[in-house]
Amino acid sequence: MRKIFGLAALCLCLTGVDGALAASSKLRIITWADYVPPDLVADFKKETGIDVEVTLSNNEEMISKLRATGGAGYDLAQPSQDRIVSVQREFGVYKPIDYSKVKLGQFQPALLDVVKRNATLDGQVYALPYLWGTDGLVVNTRIAHVGDYLDLCRPELRGKTSMRLRRPLLMGFAFGMGKDPFALYGQPAAYQALMDEVGARLIACKPNVKFYYDNKDQLLNGFRSGEVAAAMMWDTGGWKLNRENPDIQYVVPRSGALGWIDTFALPARGRNDAAAYAWINFVMRPANAARVIRSVGSFSAAVGTGPFTDPKLKAQFAASFPDAALRAIHWYPAIPPGLEEMEGKVLDRVKAAN
Amino acid sequence: MSAADLVADGVVKRFAEHTAVDSLSFSVEHGGFFSILGPSGCGKTTLLRMIAGFVTPDAGDIAIGGRSMRGVAPNRRPVNMVFQQLALFPMMNVGENVAYGLARRGIARAERTRRSLAMLERVGLAHAAHKRVDELSGGQRQRVAIARSLVLEPTLLLLDEPLGALDLKLREHMKIELKQLQAAFGTTFVYITHDQSEALVLSDRVAVMNGGRFEQVGTPQELYYRPRTPFVAAFVGANNRIPGRATIRDGERVEVTTDDGWSIRAHAEGAIAVGDRVEAFVRPEVAALARDAGDLPPDAVAHRGRVTSVLFDGANSTVLVAEERTAREIRIALPQTGRFADLKPGESVLFSFDPARAACFQARASEAAAAHG
Amino acid sequence: MAERATGRIGAGIGLALLLAPALLWITLLIVLPHVDLAILSFRERVGARQYAPSLAQYATFFREPLYWHVFLRTAVMSVLATALTLLVSFPIAWVIAKIARGRSGSFLFVACLVPFWVSETVRTLGWMILLRQSGVLPALLVRLGLTAAPPELLYHDATILLGLVYTSMLFMLIPLVSSLESLDDSLIEAAYDLGAGGGTILRTIVVPHAAPGITAGCIIVFMLTLGNYLTPTLLGGKNSQWFTEQIYTQFITRFNWEQGAAFGFLLLALSTALVILGLRATGQRFGEVMQRS
Repeated sequence: MRKIFGLAALCLCLTGVDGALAASSKLRIITWADYVPPDLVADFKKETGIDVEVTLSNNEEMISKLRATGGAGYDLAQPSQDRIVSVQREFGVYKPIDYSKVKLGQFQPALLDVVKRNATLDGQVYALPYLWGTDGLVVNTRIAHVGDYLDLCRPELRGKTSMRLRRPLLMGFAFGMGKDPFALYGQPAAYQALMDEVGARLIACKPNVKFYYDNKDQLLNGFRSGEVAAAMMWDTGGWKLNRENPDIQYVVPRSGALGWIDTFALPARGRNDAAAYAWINFVMRPANAARVIRSVGSFSAAVGTGPFTDPKLKAQFAASFPDAALRAIHWYPAIPPGLEEMEGKVLDRVKAAN
Repeated sequence: MSAADLVADGVVKRFAEHTAVDSLSFSVEHGGFFSILGPSGCGKTTLLRMIAGFVTPDAGDIAIGGRSMRGVAPNRRPVNMVFQQLALFPMMNVGENVAYGLARRGIARAERTRRSLAMLERVGLAHAAHKRVDELSGGQRQRVAIARSLVLEPTLLLLDEPLGALDLKLREHMKIELKQLQAAFGTTFVYITHDQSEALVLSDRVAVMNGGRFEQVGTPQELYYRPRTPFVAAFVGANNRIPGRATIRDGERVEVTTDDGWSIRAHAEGAIAVGDRVEAFVRPEVAALARDAGDLPPDAVAHRGRVTSVLFDGANSTVLVAEERTAREIRIALPQTGRFADLKPGESVLFSFDPARAACFQARASEAAAAHG
Repeated sequence: MAERATGRIGAGIGLALLLAPALLWITLLIVLPHVDLAILSFRERVGARQYAPSLAQYATFFREPLYWHVFLRTAVMSVLATALTLLVSFPIAWVIAKIARGRSGSFLFVACLVPFWVSETVRTLGWMILLRQSGVLPALLVRLGLTAAPPELLYHDATILLGLVYTSMLFMLIPLVSSLESLDDSLIEAAYDLGAGGGTILRTIVVPHAAPGITAGCIIVFMLTLGNYLTPTLLGGKNSQWFTEQIYTQFITRFNWEQGAAFGFLLLALSTALVILGLRATGQRFGEVMQRS
């Protein structure tokens, strides 16, 4: 508790001196690991003279940090598209995107539209798509046979699976149980009932869980050491393991993978919007976007990256996602307020259950 | 004739190269006050701790109350100890301190309280049973420490320089109190000290210890008047040590001549031949002082000297006199009569002593040096 | 008179200046955040960016058995960890203070200190490497033929306790050693001489003497354990359920600062209550304990 508040106090102090520092040619990005490759940063500096400073984070921490400072401390953030509207409505940590400053032609129109639809509040759009990917299952096929989310609970996998106790897990299990949680977003009571059901299922499944992972290295090491045989996991993590050990494969669940899109969003009190737009336009150029794909392994929202991408990754993608599977991806819609609180309690119960 | 409460038989204790206690044998009669007197490092503390059981002898045996103590732990011995710093338990009140040993014997609470109160009453501290230890004066603490041991009715009470921490006045007072307590309880006390006055005042018998051995065991009077070794002569009571060579031997009488040529006469202790290196000891009160030769005993050999300092100390007043020819300093007691109250440094005086009361020993180089130091 | 008065005022200003950094530190980093937390904990979200004063956060805690459960579990485990730390540290402190002494005593002390030169994270990860199913210790057990398959030694309550005891030991040792060092050996000998055995001496002499050190050590270890986040989370794995983790979750992953703040205050109340209870039970006073140890 004290640690957290020390951090909060520190953040507050930093915002205090914030204005004192003259706005320099520096761009501060808070983002996920590998989203900002160092060689691109160097090229960007050469082209524009702007230094890029990267802070690594995840959705929750990103939002918590921006909330603590009222949207200051960073000039560009990269949250997932479904987490923008609710956060904006509640905490007001972002500022709207000025479409006139973005080279929209570099974005895939379909993804641009999805994000536009999900990240619009009071007529203002708060995000642009950057990278996307799917959550599904990763399986060591020598040990386990898993085809859908609920297969993680099969008795022979006792103590051999891993999951991340966050909302994708709830969604995955809900789809696995034949329900559509996204369709219930507007009906809190029904949603609560579904989440309770999912929670009960997860509690029953708990003996199968070796550990709930919190960072990707923990999970990757679990697979490498053979302690974990199957996990709910993101696609490129599975493909990365597959390159090391062909027995480990990314499996698109029968009830559909979960599709996420990470975005560009401007913190409300960022001080270098010009640099942020310059970076967005720079990094979405086809050649640069392809370098990002190589760095992170996920798919870009940029157009025309085809000629530049790694044929191996292309092959892995094609193998995992035949047309039908691609169409069956469940894209996260924006979360209405209140649902995350329900989900949170369900997750707490799962964690506390014995 | 009462049996011996403590018998030591050939007890040895070595620490690395150093022999702390060197094959000691002795016994202590029932009901006596036995002191072991010696300089620090003489082995007396080790000896006491062997009796208490905290230290195991390398050889020999210790018997208490007729029973060998070999393999008997300290908490099973019929012996109790009063520690140098008393070691009263600060976490308990006075009554609980005294009842501590009774509780260890499984005596019921009511009986414990009764006995400890009775004991406190005997040492005059009945009113203090509920006081904290640090609320007591030094002397009261002393009595509590003794009461705490005596309430167990031990065969033997060991006391490890318990007066060492007290100031002078209180120490003088406690000496008397200890002696009275011992007389009242009749318990055998074994007392160790480096203070010869404590040993002399308190004890029925005293052992003078040096280098892990007893130099002499005897009554205080024997030690004082008939020391059998130069160490005892030097250590017990004040003494003037005069080293030299035996120049004439006449029966029990020896003439000692110092290297710078001053001759005196003394009583020979042990075998002494002419030409031997010897040490003579003359107590300050044995020497007589006079301004005129006529005031000295008629048959005495008179020596002349000059007063260098007057050390006034009431009944214990002395003067330092430098012998005329050799300037060797001799300490002489001033008579109680006040006859020399006007004596001044620089004055020329005469002195003499009875050779029968001056002891002469064959010199033992190392011990002579030790006693001198 | 006047001179003396000005002198006193001068001294007062000097004292104030000396204390200023500490007071500033306490005010800025401890008092202010706690006031902020308190305010936060007594409000409730009624709409987007709208909050109203309320006891809802505390009510949630008492209504939701899950939070109760974790809270009590954390308290019980912390007490247990403190007791175990005391049991493990006491003999070590005894050896350092009474048996080894001098040089070998300092050596032992340094040996206990060395693990604290690396960060808690590294130490905890060290335990994970040792204990995980594919780790060193399970492999050793298999090689020795004690088990057929490597057992999972991580992710048990016992593992959490082990980690907590290991992490806290030094903070128990320091006050224990200093209080045992101040125990006069002749008290022990006197008790022995008066007929007491080892157990009785421990109970009647050593423990009462070392009580302030024991209490100080227990208070420090208990507070550290209760507030520990890393060790229970990493070593406890899927079952860790430490209350600090709950606070972290509320603050960071749920964005529910109000709930997190209320939990924080409940934890503070718990640690205060248990410390007071402990002092009462052993009949000691906080100031005295902290001074004497």
